[in-house]
Amino acid sequence: MNWKRSKSNGSGAGLGQRIGYVMAAPYFVHLAIFFGYPLLFAMVLVFHRWDIVTPMEFVGLKNFTRLFHDDLFFRALLNTGLFLVIHIPLQIFVSLFFAELLNSKLKGRSFFRTIYFLPVVVSGVVIAILFQQLFAFETGYINSVLSALGGERIPWLVSPEWAMPTIALMATWKNVGFYIILFLVGLQNIPASMYEVAFLEGATTWQRWTRVTIPLLNPMMVTVVVLSTIGGFSLFIEPYILTGGGPLNSTLTALLYIYNQAFYFGHMGYAAALGLFFALIILIVVLLQRRFVEEDIY
Amino acid sequence: MKKTLGYIALFIGLIAFAYPFVWMVLATFKPEVEIGSLAPFPSVWSLDSYRMVFETIPIGRAFLNSLIVVASVTCSVLFFGTTTAYALAKLKWKGRETAFNIILFTMMVPFMVMLIPLYTLVVSLGWTDSLIGLIVPFMMNATAILILRQSFLTLPTDILEAARIDGCSEWRILFTIVWPLSIPAIVTAGILVFIGSWNEVLWPMMVIRQEEWMTMPQMVALFSVGGGAQSKLGPQLAAAVLLGIPIVVAYLYFQKHFISSLASTGLKG
Repeated sequence: MNWKRSKSNGSGAGLGQRIGYVMAAPYFVHLAIFFGYPLLFAMVLVFHRWDIVTPMEFVGLKNFTRLFHDDLFFRALLNTGLFLVIHIPLQIFVSLFFAELLNSKLKGRSFFRTIYFLPVVVSGVVIAILFQQLFAFETGYINSVLSALGGERIPWLVSPEWAMPTIALMATWKNVGFYIILFLVGLQNIPASMYEVAFLEGATTWQRWTRVTIPLLNPMMVTVVVLSTIGGFSLFIEPYILTGGGPLNSTLTALLYIYNQAFYFGHMGYAAALGLFFALIILIVVLLQRRFVEEDIY
Repeated sequence: MKKTLGYIALFIGLIAFAYPFVWMVLATFKPEVEIGSLAPFPSVWSLDSYRMVFETIPIGRAFLNSLIVVASVTCSVLFFGTTTAYALAKLKWKGRETAFNIILFTMMVPFMVMLIPLYTLVVSLGWTDSLIGLIVPFMMNATAILILRQSFLTLPTDILEAARIDGCSEWRILFTIVWPLSIPAIVTAGILVFIGSWNEVLWPMMVIRQEEWMTMPQMVALFSVGGGAQSKLGPQLAAAVLLGIPIVVAYLYFQKHFISSLASTGLKG
């Protein structure tokens, strides 16, 4: 190894030249094999039919034409859209509410914060098994409480109308702790002088919120919206355990559909094409969100 | 008055976020027929649910597999992460900026694009149904590099220069000077990788079919879905508790680090 020699060059431009390459090399070799190659291969795979066992067969654009006529592809998109429409506002509302509470001078804040954050670190598998039982139609705790209070049992996971909203509710419950922390940081970054000015000008609590807090939290809002969106497209184990994508494909998600195409039907080429398309859609959605949610606040 | 309302809200939140876990743990000790009931405590404390888990699936083996995978991935990410981050932050070499931009680019590519081709690559390497297939593709991690690089950039170059003049090799500088000064960043990156690796379930579901190579999340998920639990509620919950315990214990022990570590992924974005 040559690093001793390069060091003896003394200070200046030559310093660390070789050793820099040596130290960074393993990462980039790994990157070439496990990122670069698959990325290039994806571009090949999408034009082929392949079940991994028999040789690849070139099919041109067939995977794409099929995709545009695939009801389940659009169904998965629609389901994800529904998930996001419920999940994002609910997430923002609940986490902002608790962030504001935890930002005030109440005792035991760090204890509450610790507990609220608990679902964030726990595996989605645990959460899904837990919710499956809590929200079960006959034996579930939630429905038992509802019927004990004289209400009707809700078909949380067994009706096509309720299943996706229930999953959105669960995902919100799991992630709120994370977004509370982000909003807390955002709130603490708002200069106190801003509130003082608002106070001196006689702003009401509501005005203080809508004119100071919300606008100044905009960067965090963007982060929350973008991360939730990526999370929505990455839903997999939750519907896999809770509903298997049903009832009537009402909880089929992007990843679940890719997984099914690849591993139940052995359509690697089509699954890769789906992956590529969902990824493009994610990028477009995130760009649009950045465009429309992000404001230049300073 | 306002304060009281604040506390009431905080306590409602406490119940909403903590009680489901409490219910779950208590339910695992209930006889099967009592799980649907509203009574918080079991009438008889029973270990049957756990017994069934241990008798039906090799959960101990899965725990060991998880441990091996998580330890290998975390150590590797931290070792190669620090060498790469150090090269990017404190060493001068041609192409350094390009290299950094490549790393940023990899983070923008949604992993859905990579999923299937990465799987076929692992198949052709013959790594399905092995821990190698769970470890090697994830031995490097761009987020960890960004966190470590950010921290290394703040270290004063004078110290490093002084060490170089004293004849220290860059490796010694990295491991005896830079590492001890960057513990917070290493902990942040380490926890992030640890959580992600412990909870990872999609990738194992793709590359592992044989029970003996499954990690805990996959085995517990399949136990619940695949009929191993024979639709019994108690054992499913017991398996979930066993999967959750290690991370919850680690979290309660290092809670501040966990929170700031995970938050850092959002705050950078």
